[in-house]
Amino acid sequence: MPHFRATVRIGLRPSVVDPAGDATWAAAQRLGYGAVKAVRIGKAIDIELEAEDARTAREQLESLSANLLANPVIENWHLDLHGQEA
Amino acid sequence: MHVGVVVFPGSNCDRDVQWAVEGCLGGRVTSLWHTEGSLPPVDAVVLPGGFSYGDYLRCGAIASSAPILRAVAAFAANGGRVLGICNGFQILTEAGLLPGALTRNTGLHFICCDQQLRVASRRSPWLSHLGVDAPLTLPIAHGEGCYHIDQDGLRQLEDRDQIALRYDPSPNGSVASIAGVTSEKGNILGLMPHPERACDQAFGGADGRPILANGKPAGS
Repeated sequence: MPHFRATVRIGLRPSVVDPAGDATWAAAQRLGYGAVKAVRIGKAIDIELEAEDARTAREQLESLSANLLANPVIENWHLDLHGQEA
Repeated sequence: MHVGVVVFPGSNCDRDVQWAVEGCLGGRVTSLWHTEGSLPPVDAVVLPGGFSYGDYLRCGAIASSAPILRAVAAFAANGGRVLGICNGFQILTEAGLLPGALTRNTGLHFICCDQQLRVASRRSPWLSHLGVDAPLTLPIAHGEGCYHIDQDGLRQLEDRDQIALRYDPSPNGSVASIAGVTSEKGNILGLMPHPERACDQAFGGADGRPILANGKPAGS
């Protein structure tokens, strides 16, 4: 069975307040990084899976992302399928 | 009154609920391990506070897929009374049994204090002893209790009278100061405050006592 690697990036939806991001932005300002205009904190989840082909792998990962990895009420997600491994 | 209390790895208020139900109200508690697939005959089910699965991924996210949640959903679909307290509220939203989501407090602090609240609706059997706008004081203890729902969702909550409790004032940035919501039928209540920690005047207040007592339908 082909082996795939993928990364799912999850972030808060733009309408959701991100106090941790705001606090990190404030710390950056204190350290002199005035060029930093906004910080939003999310997470990246690296996944390995086996699937018959890339299309099946993508379908599985999209379903997993929508049903478990991200909460659509507050979060958006983006899937990067890195391709099939030998 | 016979109450089932669900225990997940990382639950830490299950014994508090047991103490309140048995010690203060003279009821009986059966602890229900999260891997169980069915419920014994109980009057009500409580999902207690704590840090189920260490709050990994999101608060309540992992617990929402536990086998017992399917049994709780079936119990609720038949009209059974379900109460989710703090992490239990987070689990019910993650499981889709209650609308909205709980995110990090806007002030970033973990807040632990007595909190003033007001009843927004007495439609839920859990709050039927109270009048609308009645004040009550319950302890809160959470870092991720900021209730979020989009504008359409909020309007729907208001139209269907699903907002149960509001903070007065809000300590955590919750949309519309929401501290607790109910399912459409009202039999499921999720709230961030801890009624089980306010069941004896020795603890500084007993506003939680009648809420838990409502686990048993009156007259049954």
